[in-house]
Amino acid sequence: MPPFWKRPRCYRKGAAVATARRFLQNPTFDQGGTTMNLHEYQAKAVLREHGIATPRGVVIEDAARCADAARDLGGAAWVAKAQVHAGGRGKAGGVKLCRSVDELTAAARDLLGGRLVTHQNAPDGQPVNALLIEETLPIARELYLSLTVDRAAERVGIVASAAGGMDIETVAAETPDRILRETVHPVAGLMDYQGRNLAFGLGLAGEQVGTFVKLLKGCYLIFLERDLALLEINPLVVTEDGRLLPLDCKMGVDDNALYRQKALAEQADLTQIDAKEAEAHAHHVNYIALSGNIGCMVNGAGLAMATMDLIKLCGGQPANFLDVGGGATADSVAEAFRIILADANVRAVLINIFGGIVRCDLIAEGIIQAVRAVGVKVPVVVRLEGTNAEQGRALLANSGLAIIAANDLTEAARRAVEEAAK
Amino acid sequence: MSILVNKDTRVICQGFTGKQGTFHSEQAMAYGTKMVGGVTPGKGGQTHLGLPVFNTVRDAVRETGAGASMLYVPAAYAADGILEAAAAGIRVIACITEGIPVRDMINVKAALRDTGARLIGPNCPGLITPGECKIGIMPGFIHQPGKVGIVSRSGTLTYEAVWQTTQLGLGQSTCVGIGGDPIKGLDFIDCLELFQADPRTEAIVLVGEIGGAAEEAAAEYIRAHVTKPVAGYIAGLTAPKGKRMGHAGAIIAGGQGSAAEKIAALTAAGVVVADSPAGIGAAVAEALRRGRSRDRAA
Repeated sequence: MPPFWKRPRCYRKGAAVATARRFLQNPTFDQGGTTMNLHEYQAKAVLREHGIATPRGVVIEDAARCADAARDLGGAAWVAKAQVHAGGRGKAGGVKLCRSVDELTAAARDLLGGRLVTHQNAPDGQPVNALLIEETLPIARELYLSLTVDRAAERVGIVASAAGGMDIETVAAETPDRILRETVHPVAGLMDYQGRNLAFGLGLAGEQVGTFVKLLKGCYLIFLERDLALLEINPLVVTEDGRLLPLDCKMGVDDNALYRQKALAEQADLTQIDAKEAEAHAHHVNYIALSGNIGCMVNGAGLAMATMDLIKLCGGQPANFLDVGGGATADSVAEAFRIILADANVRAVLINIFGGIVRCDLIAEGIIQAVRAVGVKVPVVVRLEGTNAEQGRALLANSGLAIIAANDLTEAARRAVEEAAK
Repeated sequence: MSILVNKDTRVICQGFTGKQGTFHSEQAMAYGTKMVGGVTPGKGGQTHLGLPVFNTVRDAVRETGAGASMLYVPAAYAADGILEAAAAGIRVIACITEGIPVRDMINVKAALRDTGARLIGPNCPGLITPGECKIGIMPGFIHQPGKVGIVSRSGTLTYEAVWQTTQLGLGQSTCVGIGGDPIKGLDFIDCLELFQADPRTEAIVLVGEIGGAAEEAAAEYIRAHVTKPVAGYIAGLTAPKGKRMGHAGAIIAGGQGSAAEKIAALTAAGVVVADSPAGIGAAVAEALRRGRSRDRAA
């Protein structure tokens, strides 16, 4: 299989898809642009490459390695952390404190090879293929630190809080005064004073201030050099002996920059992405499964979301978000049909195409071919508008297939809802 | 009148001899756009589509007096292309290219502040003044010269708004697809300001979608500064609330950016918001019927 960054990229359809994806329950894509997420152990390795100390740890993929891991790390207790692309692992039982090698082995047997369901990922969770076994630390305080792209400032933005270890959004909503921010001028770069502002604001003192500033500047360099969209350390712990260590770390790489971040691109873990979505991805189709019964096929992410809105407005429930893209072809239409119909809940299909560069007569041919080839058993409602729409409608009408051609968008949605309810 | 581009705008294409550049330059010329040449480094001196090819934008501007450029260069070279155009004195730069790393755009935006150039996009359909100048990938025939200014974050959803205003006989003054990237050139407010000042624009359509806070900011601007009737549509009203891995992005954006919040903000600013994507044309008609004055807005 070619590396991730050489495969067809359909997650690049801009913010509409990015936002749709964020809102449509995919935990592996978030933060404004589309991102490729790293596992915690991968992110911590990046930190160490840049001279930022992390808790000592060993990655294992086999429970039999637990004894070795415990011996290498030393100490009398260890933490076993499931490596999945989702937050909320602790509450979901994906992080276990173990006080003996037997306990550690049992925890590893329990977690490895299973699926971890957290409040942030899909109902069937994500597979746990690796564990990070780490030393335990004497924790005095838990802080929060993140770097993202601040859209409004058009700069890299830093958020820090003394309320670490918690859901930062809750902190922001309930106690906004506990959120500290800085944005970085791209020419000046991150200045020491900004680091001090945050350090003192976090209640750090003495040597910890300098340590924090150094750590923050390291994070900023990583963010730039590795083209990150997100670098989040939650919690950043202050140990009882005064050290600052990232207990957890999430990194998301800007998908658009993967072509020049090959070392990171090779670390992509596609097992963390929904299999159907990964399949769609490979065919240049943006697909996100939902729980309704009307399959949707639309060109353009914004129009796709709008079509879903209209279905609900007409009393129906969309089964998916699907954007065949601006350059839809007969092949991608056929593939989209296969993806939609793989969902057993689908009772009707609504196709909404506004032909710009794409000609509607070609789309109509693609639909006809696909219906014949795939063997579509559910009603298909089609609305074509734009370039060569008349020819497209004529082709559908003369195809001899049971395709319902709608004259406008509202009629199309209404018919699809009616057909699905039959 | 119109905004940004008109029949006299002299347009060049960067990435002129590539597949996309060639196709869309042909389309633009067929539409009547005053294309005056193109740029492909290393191919200077050649002729393509009957127009001169230049090695640099500086050469192209000097020889043709171009004031606008459309970019179809690959994402890895787009930041370079945008700043080359700005440095050469191009005033309107439409970057159609998608997939530009956000880090590049942070630097581009910082550098553009020192120039007089206006960037549209990236990752956008471009802009069009119907009947005069088409710079982008939109189908020309759905447009009609008229009185509605359209600004949108989406591609095909923009066509929907255009088509509906054409069918109602309202037509468009200028349509701008600002694109949806996190860091981009013109935003809603820049376009609202231009439409407000443009005598031919009698009403404005704003098409937004979930995520970010641009629509909320636009609503605030409309309330304070726009006296022309405004209609809107926000996609993603029924998108289920997602579950995300990190939360820092939303915090910095200052809110969840839900469709309901955006619709409420726009409605409060006196914008007629369509509840269906099929109702954008009707919403403009309604906004025009109601009219809108500074008094009512305040």
